[in-house]
Amino acid sequence: MASLIEVIKSFFKSKATPTGEIERPQRPVVTVPDDVRQIIIGTGQSTGIERSHNEDALLVINSSATGDPSPPNFGLFVVADGMGGHRAGEVASAVSIRTVARTVTEQTIVQMLGADGENEMKPLQDLLRGAIEQANQAVVEQVPGGGTTLTAVVMLGQQITIGHVGDSRAYLLQDGHTEVLTRDHSLVERLRELGQLTAEEAAVHPQRNVLYRAIGQGANLEVDVSSMPTPRGGYLMVCSDGLWGVLGDERMKAIIDVAPSPQIACEKLVDAANAAGGPDNITVILVRFPSD
Amino acid sequence: MQRDTRKFGEGTDGPDRLQSGTTLEDRYLILGMLGQGGMSSVYKGRDLHFPNVTKLVAIKEMVNLVADQNMYDMVVRNFEREADLLATLSHPAIPTIYDNFTHKNRSYLVMEFIDGQDLEEILAEVDDFIPEERVVGWAIELCDVLHYLHNHQPQPIIFRDMKPSNVMIDQHSHIRLIDFGIARHFQPGEKGTMIGTEGYSPPEQYRGEASPTGDVYALGATLHHLLTKKDPRVEAPFSFAERPIRDYNQLVSPELEHVIEVALSYDPKDRYPSAAVMKEALISSAKRTGLLSKESFASVIKHSSTVEELWSFRCEDEIRGSPLLYKDTIYIGCYDNNIYALSADEGEFQWKFATEGGITGKPAAEDGVIFVGSEDSRLYAITANRGGIVWTYYAEGPIRSSPALSDGHVFIGSDDRKLHVVNQVNGRRAWRVEANAPIWSSPVVENERVYFGCESGDFYCYDFKGELKWRQKAKRAITSSPLIENGLVFFGSRDWTFYALEAENGWQVWRFRMGGATISTPAIEDGLLYVGCGDNNIYAIDARHAREVWRYETDHQVTGSPVVHQGSVYCGSVDGSFYCLDFKSGRLRWRFHTEGPITGTPVIKDNVVYIGSTDHKLYALLA
Repeated sequence: MASLIEVIKSFFKSKATPTGEIERPQRPVVTVPDDVRQIIIGTGQSTGIERSHNEDALLVINSSATGDPSPPNFGLFVVADGMGGHRAGEVASAVSIRTVARTVTEQTIVQMLGADGENEMKPLQDLLRGAIEQANQAVVEQVPGGGTTLTAVVMLGQQITIGHVGDSRAYLLQDGHTEVLTRDHSLVERLRELGQLTAEEAAVHPQRNVLYRAIGQGANLEVDVSSMPTPRGGYLMVCSDGLWGVLGDERMKAIIDVAPSPQIACEKLVDAANAAGGPDNITVILVRFPSD
Repeated sequence: MQRDTRKFGEGTDGPDRLQSGTTLEDRYLILGMLGQGGMSSVYKGRDLHFPNVTKLVAIKEMVNLVADQNMYDMVVRNFEREADLLATLSHPAIPTIYDNFTHKNRSYLVMEFIDGQDLEEILAEVDDFIPEERVVGWAIELCDVLHYLHNHQPQPIIFRDMKPSNVMIDQHSHIRLIDFGIARHFQPGEKGTMIGTEGYSPPEQYRGEASPTGDVYALGATLHHLLTKKDPRVEAPFSFAERPIRDYNQLVSPELEHVIEVALSYDPKDRYPSAAVMKEALISSAKRTGLLSKESFASVIKHSSTVEELWSFRCEDEIRGSPLLYKDTIYIGCYDNNIYALSADEGEFQWKFATEGGITGKPAAEDGVIFVGSEDSRLYAITANRGGIVWTYYAEGPIRSSPALSDGHVFIGSDDRKLHVVNQVNGRRAWRVEANAPIWSSPVVENERVYFGCESGDFYCYDFKGELKWRQKAKRAITSSPLIENGLVFFGSRDWTFYALEAENGWQVWRFRMGGATISTPAIEDGLLYVGCGDNNIYAIDARHAREVWRYETDHQVTGSPVVHQGSVYCGSVDGSFYCLDFKSGRLRWRFHTEGPITGTPVIKDNVVYIGSTDHKLYALLA
């Protein structure tokens, strides 16, 4: 433990000013021009320092179109964090991501590309919940003993819909605020919500890895689904606990704030998590939204 | 990631089971397995020391898989110590211990065989809910045995594992506690695998605290499961407060629900301090429920009398529409064909304007002009101060929809199946579009688009040029008027569904199944949607997650529409009452009774609520 703290300290020494703020890089900061109308996406992934396998999986699909009529902007951003021995974790996360991506795209954007405007689409929330339940079924059948978290964000026109199980998180970073859009299905998070643990105690709790819901659990999987307007400006971030559990909200925000692009932000986030010990697999998707 | 939910890791490497016919210690003949869980199994056996009769015993077997020798020895010592302790207990609800022994890495406890069923089996078998009096009977017995254990000398015994599968109902219909968690010492250490949450355990148990109030919590959790049939092991941990018992089982009395709520408090200090106190609470609630109907009736009467009526105004016929408050004046249309102007502070009559048909909508006002539709097929523009006619617009069918004002135009639907867009100044039609059926829903204008439903179940979005942007279809009429918030359009339908559509393109983001047809128009506040329904309820629905947060049942259909104001929801019902509910919990704050069904929407300002009733009156009440 001492060595981990040393690593963290040395990291802060090299990057932080005496006030604790992160220094901007020496080279000039290239910011994205404000008139960019498209969303910009970065991704990052690393096995980490302590693990030999990467059990995380990520998937990004994005489409935009013009024309009249044209299909709406579509985005699908998924992170899954697998668990279980004998490669079961990596297979579970990969199978889940593929299942969700196939189901969601078939019933949304693929259908919209085919049809002439009118569509008989299921409610998005039902659709996403169904896709994650299918992933659960697929893991139960194909990967016995395996399980995975999964957080999927579907952007369709002016609404984003988030479905998740487990403790991979979706964040909204906007106007200087960081908001966690998902609610971890972990024992310590539940205890923290109830005031039984402080955030500090939760971060080091010996049972912090205990989930009470995960894909692969079989029957009675309850998927959390919610919708919100597509953000105007700011970032959406989807990441595994190898990132948020190591860096914390403030550090992640600080890194994103000074990064010149979402891709560089993702690389810096991964580097920082590894510099802090890299105890787990690290996965991040960062989506920057135009402010108009 | 190295972690597990309760399912993972419960692999196939459990202990080998004993075959029937095996004899242990030359005395106990194994007849079969009764159950298995974790590192332990329970067998049904026969005691061969009684060769002439069949004396049945239950034999619990625990396998010691601890690798470290010191730890291994400690596990065995702990087992023997607990066996000794259990052997000294004497209570009708606790099975008698006959024997214990250890053989290689297995330890055995021989005890009384109980002929009966555990509560989990009973729950799985019953089709209906288990009657309250049975559950209360069991609960009182469970309190007794917990009281006995907690007051054991020289030190109290905490049961720690109260749950339906650990409680048996014997052949005499009494409860028996069957598992004293003795097996927990046999769990392998804390490496990697970790069983998930049990569902019944109190939050503090995860900090390693065990106390009598923890058993009180777990008893509460067990009772909650018995009454609701909602298994806490598949819900978020410690989320009982989000599942009030009576939401699932209306047959349970509020008194019993309250006792269980107290037992399930997060903070041990808020629970019953002991099983004995909980038993008293159960008994007194059971006594009170005998008088239930009279008492709750009395409390409702008391509630309604606390509401202060500031004034009321009587018209000549039913008021089905909704009042408008504009510049300190209340404007209300009536089935007597008139629109009335009343002073908001005292209800003093200012003027009335006679149309030739009933008025069911809510008037709109701008720049000193009142706009109102009538069943005489006309849309009127009237001066707000004196009630003089400015212009009249003729539709081709009765108007029951309410006008929407935007960008100098009036938008209004009619039974002639058309949405009419009329210039506010001169009353000339700008454009109109045809729908598939009469339009009773009131249009909403947002971002240069107009949204409305119609009686065929079609829902339309037009732009300001009268061009169709999109259309969606419900299975039955959309009489409810839309509400637009955060890029979503919300409305109810007579097809028992509440819809949330993406406002730009019209696809469904979610839908929520209700218990009846809805013609009420929703209101939203703090992310919660409020809407009335033909199933007599007022619903609160989480707008992001499409989940019911609470519902409040009135005595008849709720066709009127709710309004949210300073932490309260206000809504009328066809039962004649006007309700004020806490907007977070749905608890009744007050109820005001009128002499006829209430179908309109209230308006609230400066702590005064204005609402019309079909008893011909408009009421001003203190909010």
